[in-house]
Amino acid sequence: MKILVPVKRVVDYNVKVRVKSDGTGVETAGVKMSMNPFDEIAVEEAVRLKEKGVATEIIAVSMGVAQCGETIRTALAMGADRGILVETDADLQPLAVAKMLKVLVDREQPTLVVMGKQAIDDDMNATGQMLAALLGWAQGTFASKVAIEGDKATVTREIDGGLETVALKLPAVVTTDLRLNEPRYASLPNIMKARKKPIETIKPADLGVDPAPRLTVIKVAEPPKRQAGKKVGSVAELVAKLKTEAKVI
Amino acid sequence: MQVYKAPLRDMRFVLHELNDSAGLAALDGMQDVTPELIDSVLEEAAKIAEEVLLPLNASGDEEGCHLDNGVVRTPKGFREAYRTFREGGWTGIGCAPEYGGQGLPHSVSMMVSEMLCATNMAFSMYPGLSHGAYEALSQHGSDAQKALYLPKLTDGTWTGTMCLTEPHCGTDLGLLRTRAVPADDGSYRISGTKIFISAGEHDLSENIVHLVLARIAGAPAGVRGISLFVVPKFIPTEDGRPGPRNGVVCASLEHKMGIKANATAQLVFEDAQGWIVGEPGRGLNAMFTMMNAARLGVGIQGLGMGEIAYQSAVAYARDRIQGRSLAGAKAADRAADPIIVHPDVRRMLLTIRAYNEGCRALGGWVSRRLDEAHHANDPAEREAAEGFAALMTPIVKALFTDLGLESANTAMQVYGGHGYIRDHGMEQLVRDARIALIYEGTNGIQALDLVGRKLPAHMGRNLRTFFHPVAAFIEANEKHPMLSKMVTGLGRAFGALQLATAHIASKGMGDPEEAGAAATEYLRLFGLVALGYMWARTAKLSLEKMMSAGADAAFYQTKLQTARFYFERILPQAGGLLFQIKAGKEAMMSFPEAAF
Repeated sequence: MKILVPVKRVVDYNVKVRVKSDGTGVETAGVKMSMNPFDEIAVEEAVRLKEKGVATEIIAVSMGVAQCGETIRTALAMGADRGILVETDADLQPLAVAKMLKVLVDREQPTLVVMGKQAIDDDMNATGQMLAALLGWAQGTFASKVAIEGDKATVTREIDGGLETVALKLPAVVTTDLRLNEPRYASLPNIMKARKKPIETIKPADLGVDPAPRLTVIKVAEPPKRQAGKKVGSVAELVAKLKTEAKVI
Repeated sequence: MQVYKAPLRDMRFVLHELNDSAGLAALDGMQDVTPELIDSVLEEAAKIAEEVLLPLNASGDEEGCHLDNGVVRTPKGFREAYRTFREGGWTGIGCAPEYGGQGLPHSVSMMVSEMLCATNMAFSMYPGLSHGAYEALSQHGSDAQKALYLPKLTDGTWTGTMCLTEPHCGTDLGLLRTRAVPADDGSYRISGTKIFISAGEHDLSENIVHLVLARIAGAPAGVRGISLFVVPKFIPTEDGRPGPRNGVVCASLEHKMGIKANATAQLVFEDAQGWIVGEPGRGLNAMFTMMNAARLGVGIQGLGMGEIAYQSAVAYARDRIQGRSLAGAKAADRAADPIIVHPDVRRMLLTIRAYNEGCRALGGWVSRRLDEAHHANDPAEREAAEGFAALMTPIVKALFTDLGLESANTAMQVYGGHGYIRDHGMEQLVRDARIALIYEGTNGIQALDLVGRKLPAHMGRNLRTFFHPVAAFIEANEKHPMLSKMVTGLGRAFGALQLATAHIASKGMGDPEEAGAAATEYLRLFGLVALGYMWARTAKLSLEKMMSAGADAAFYQTKLQTARFYFERILPQAGGLLFQIKAGKEAMMSFPEAAF
């Protein structure tokens, strides 16, 4: 079975993001970029399924500027077999990405799409669900455990207040949560081999999708600065302040 | 707190921009090495260093290695970290593909080494020593020895050591007594005691391959009687698995000032089975080929120490609030200003930074030339590159380790009392950095190697591989509208180096003690000029790139400012060094021995 894994290039999780001075977005120029950590977990899960003999081929897909090719290389170094880069300078939003992924799924015919539940840049948490809807496939989101048996996938989901286990009929879309696995370090030999694995580069027009944004960003701003705290002298004073100033008790 | 993020941007600057890494692909066997590949390798190595090795640095120092009944236990977490490192293929980064290695160029593996040394110097020595053993066997071993040992050293399932030192002989190996008696089966029986053996015994690998210098019974005294032997801890079976235990035991572990997580063993060989490597009586030669690479590697340890010292000191200087700026409060909303506002704190931070980036650039140049020495197509080019690397090896070793220790010390000073106590890890850096000035030939020996061997070699031909490009750069750029001040400074220091060289050539020829008396200052002068040349080249490149760099302009701007600091506040030391050198040996050698 084939697995398709979409991977997104985002500002590295270690970087302290800064809002652009004109308020149009977050500063990305000269900033370290990496694969979305949730997508790394998705790649890892796909590679484990391949190592177990469940999957036969893993296709990593990324969309965006040419440098997204490096994000695909990271997936290839972790164990994906080949890549597809949909190259565009457009500001990509979940619906456009889901539509393009649908065309690629129709073309590649994977049995499973595994992807991050959200990307750490905009935290949209939408693309996987949209893709499943567009395809008319089952979906298992926020997965912390995935088991494939025959034409069925059993997915344990992290939900408010606990865990929920769902059985999905394949083909399906699974989106990954943090506890699903711990991604491996790419080995040096695999980093070198990844350079020789094929990446096909196409444009949104090749997929017949107009990626123009549907949402308008009005303004991006820093959250308000935290106010300095106050030191209280006694428990009685604390209780009094909670009552009269904070008005929480 | 020990703070470290791999300086990937600067590493890319050195590799791609200063040294044109795109040209590596033209070297023999390097067709696949592209800047993109190098970036992926460095990024993954950075993850391992930051996430796996750094968290074990302080705990490994605290716990140390323990010897129990001949068995050495490395600190908690080291076995798992070594497994991650080995399974990731990092032990084979510079090893030949025919033995399972990745064959990446030295200029790339140097950057990876720097990250390992910065985040966990003690750990880095286990694979480091193995690679030394790999080099010696791959150059001098028989085909059968190569086939047996090299794949294991490459994949890291076996590790290696270099067994030179004995209780009574360190620098002067001609004194060594370990004996090798020929056996009927063509092997030898090795007996003797070796001390200070790094990674000499541990629990990280299934076998340890000792390379041992010993004297075959009846061999002449002195260095010409010394041969090299391979003595595995477990004698390999026919199919290459560890077999019966050999006659080598770890008698004790040294209690050291630093690098406590690396086992420094005293090894006792008793009729241990060993096999000769190369020709009888040529042991020292075989060892030397490995020592040149090892000396460069030790230099990189100094650089790694300097880098983690810098990052840790900057973090503290920004965070620590104490007193007010001399120019009036800078952080009026806080009880005090962060200490980074003070000129003297900035002097300390910039000194470390200028050393680190200068050394990284110089190390990058030397290792790139080493790649050419090994892989260039043209024999003349290989020879010139080899000569350059030979000349610069003692400078990289001694200068980088001197500066690494100075930097660790300076970083501790930034922390004040909080650097002297253990909690922040600064005193560990000082203790760890200290050994690098001593092993692989003390820095005094490096200075003697420079003035005694490297300067006169081939009638000064090696020297010209450095002097010519520097002179050409100064001539081409002394009238540069933006750079002339820096280039003038470089020219003045270079002039001092030329005078010092002439002084040593004229005085030292007739009186070797004169050369010996000048050696240490001469090496430092040479090193400062070499860093100056790197900073001048860096400044020129940064000026050219800054205009079109967009968001990266700040990187080049910072380079220019750091270069300025180097030329204004560090390179002027060259003049003082020349005075010291020209003063000659008298003050030291006329001092009566009894008066000491």
